Amino acid sequence: MPGPASQPKVRVVTFRVDDQDLSAREDETLIEVCREHRIPIPSLCYLEGLSAWGGCRLCMVEIVGQPRLAAACSTRVVEGMEVHTDTERLRRYRRTLVELLFAERAHVCSVCVSNGHCELQTLAQRCGVDHMRMPRRAVSYPVDSSHEMFRVDHDRCILCTRCVRVCDEIEGAHTWDVMGRGSDCRVITDMAQPWAESETCTSCGKCVQVCPTGALVKQGTSVGEMVKDQHFLPILARRRHPR
Amino acid sequence: MHLDDLAEQAATIRARDAETEHEIRVCMAASCQSSGSGQVLDALRAGVEPQTQSCRVKGVGCMGLCSAGPLVAVAAPGDTLNASRLYRDVAPTDAPAILDNLGNPEPIERLHCPTDQPFFTAQHRIVLEHSGRIDPDSLDDAIAVGGYSALVRALTELTPAEVLREVTSSGLRGRGGGGYPTGLKWSTVAKMPGGQKYVVCNADEGDPGAFMDRAVLESDPHRVIEGMAIAGYAVGASKGYVYVRAEYPLAVERLTNAIRKAKRAGFLGSQIADTQFGFEIELRLGAGAFVCGEETALMASIQGLRGQPRPRPPYPAEAGLWGCPTLINNVETFANIAPIVREGGDWFAALGTEGSKGTKVFALAGTIVNTGLIEVPMGTRLAHIIEVIGGGIPGGGRVKAVQTGGPSGGCIPRAHLDTPVDYDSLKGLGTIMGSGGMIVMDERSSMVDVARYFMEFCMTESCGKCVPCRTGTQQMHALLERIAAAEAGRAELALLEELCEVVQATSLCGLGQTAPNPVLSTLRYFRDEYESRLVD
Ligand SMILES: Cc1cc2nc3c(=O)[nH]c(=O)nc-3n(C[C@H](O)[C@H](O)[C@H](O)COP(=O)(O)O)c2cc1C
Ligand code: SF4
Ligand code: SF4
Ligand code: SF4
Ligand code: FES
Ligand code: FES
Repeated sequence: MPGPASQPKVRVVTFRVDDQDLSAREDETLIEVCREHRIPIPSLCYLEGLSAWGGCRLCMVEIVGQPRLAAACSTRVVEGMEVHTDTERLRRYRRTLVELLFAERAHVCSVCVSNGHCELQTLAQRCGVDHMRMPRRAVSYPVDSSHEMFRVDHDRCILCTRCVRVCDEIEGAHTWDVMGRGSDCRVITDMAQPWAESETCTSCGKCVQVCPTGALVKQGTSVGEMVKDQHFLPILARRRHPR
Repeated sequence: MHLDDLAEQAATIRARDAETEHEIRVCMAASCQSSGSGQVLDALRAGVEPQTQSCRVKGVGCMGLCSAGPLVAVAAPGDTLNASRLYRDVAPTDAPAILDNLGNPEPIERLHCPTDQPFFTAQHRIVLEHSGRIDPDSLDDAIAVGGYSALVRALTELTPAEVLREVTSSGLRGRGGGGYPTGLKWSTVAKMPGGQKYVVCNADEGDPGAFMDRAVLESDPHRVIEGMAIAGYAVGASKGYVYVRAEYPLAVERLTNAIRKAKRAGFLGSQIADTQFGFEIELRLGAGAFVCGEETALMASIQGLRGQPRPRPPYPAEAGLWGCPTLINNVETFANIAPIVREGGDWFAALGTEGSKGTKVFALAGTIVNTGLIEVPMGTRLAHIIEVIGGGIPGGGRVKAVQTGGPSGGCIPRAHLDTPVDYDSLKGLGTIMGSGGMIVMDERSSMVDVARYFMEFCMTESCGKCVPCRTGTQQMHALLERIAAAEAGRAELALLEELCEVVQATSLCGLGQTAPNPVLSTLRYFRDEYESRLVD
């Protein structure tokens, strides 16, 4: 055990978020600190307990003096930084990004088992997306219902890779991965086999619980029934990597 | 090895070469090979009569005027390209005539391609100084023209800090597109603590129409190896990777060969030039995804992971390959290093403009008389490149616009052709220097089509990781299709502009951040072409 007099290895810094003075350890990211202080920052790919991905770009914030926006999930806090999380410009960008996600695949909420419990849906409401200015991409993907307990519906996948990360980083199975390019990207189990044939899946269900939409769901649920529980994740993650 | 030993070796090779009276150089770079220069080389080799003719026939790298290939140069050993007698569009059946004509003061008129025309005389070749003169597969040829002397000099006479000082004072900026100061990047990696560091050469070259890096690797691979080894010495790295796309088989072959020969001769490996410095280079082949040219995706790919960018910082200089400090530079950037060490940073800094030093290689393409590879000092005016070096539009038409920077760049309209080519001027016009693609368009080209073409490229090349690039490019492409087909109205044009802004501001990597540039720049200068197609 190190003695009480040992110097802390990580410094604590102070900075401003939306006119609020905050302090945090310098190895924390902006989104972590904002979550702690209940400053809302929209996000879809970030999930406490998983590595940062930086894919959904909904968490973009303005940092004074920096020409480019920064993704709060992959930006460390810096002494003296001044952050704005809710400007008119950011709100407009977020609306467009959510709209783009809806237009990419067939998100027909009224017939989705996650209706009412979907993070994409909630976000759309919060961001004020009430109509679509762009046409939906007319491509449809198959549903894989081969697994006895779970189902993946690619038409509702937003490619946030939470499933990939939880399966790799927490369950240690690395069943999921992504294949393809651009909008044709698809999450796959093992070497793009039906889920039931996966030799690595332990059927733990973690991927289903972390999936923000109705893309990964339990079999046998009907419209609106799929409620997800993600509390296990930060608890497990903290037990494994105590800070 | 001492510098003197190397100089002596070079002198011996030159003296041996000088015993031959004539040198016939056949361009064996990719473009000329595809128009049949291999057969020309064979025919010339078969036709030489060793009893009566003192002549060496050799394959060389790109001579620049690729559109006139196969090119054959007849020269005295050691002559520069411009001092040689050049023949264009040579067929294997022309071999006897060329051989018969050796020693004749008059060239063969029907094949002659004068080297005193501006295409050749108006260039300033540093990166391409030996391209088209030396046999890329011959280490002797490279040594004869001073190859590896800069490396040996750096190792035996300069400290790493002194090498860094030369590179910094040269003002060299990265030639891969971003234009980041090379000396600063090197110093950052040099200052990073830690045992293992890496040097990476980015030879992914994915911009459509660009082939500068391919030509350098095919024509003078030792220059790139030398630049990388000097970099390794300066930053404290012992291992280098060249990431080259598998679609460049000839470049891969020549590079592999050159690495093997350099290693055998002691320019790579351990204890180079009898010093404590050791450096190894390995090749990694890319499968041809454009995004793998982005540095973080490239490094993921080298590590065997999916070629996808990750957020920066940390920058590669801090945490690159396997988390170690990594220096990553473009092929042409490395190709500038040996001359800088040889002639000094100040010499290099005297060329070019205030903010852009040295020369730049461009792949000149499109509707222009002379298409091919050129190298000009930074600050050369666009009009000079197009009208004088490029020979203007075939049939005397008018230039409408020049596209630079590929899918990340933009179109410069005719009214701005007076602009000097440097990083800052091009940026001011809403385009970028890019890696060196330069496409000339005449008045028949539709700017909406140009924008649509590049958007389609970005859409299919998006890695799919981030939402704005993955879905935004797809929506923008759909809108451009509708505008091009005269099916869209004002609301759609407004949406296109909005998407440009969002994708530019929120994308994760350079691909998405710059994907709207072709649209924005054509909208800036040719908005009427968009508006005239709107239906309301
Ligand atoms: C989508 C994308 C593609 C790129 N492709 C290349 C490439 O093919 N070659 C290259 O040298 N740099 C490429 N770059 C730039 C590299 O990320 C990096 O900046 C460069 O290799 C650094 O070298 P330099 O400082 O010598 O220019 C690309 C960047 C992006 C965003
Ligand atoms: S159920 Fe568990 S093991 Fe199977 S894919 Fe999902 S997270 Fe991985
Ligand atoms: S299946 Fe769900 S968790 Fe996995 S990438 Fe798609 S939306 Fe995200
Ligand atoms: S900008 Fe495009 S290429 Fe870059 S990370 Fe995002 S999706 Fe991938
Ligand atoms: S939460 Fe930051 S990019 Fe998705
Ligand atoms: S390839 Fe032969 S001149 Fe360029």
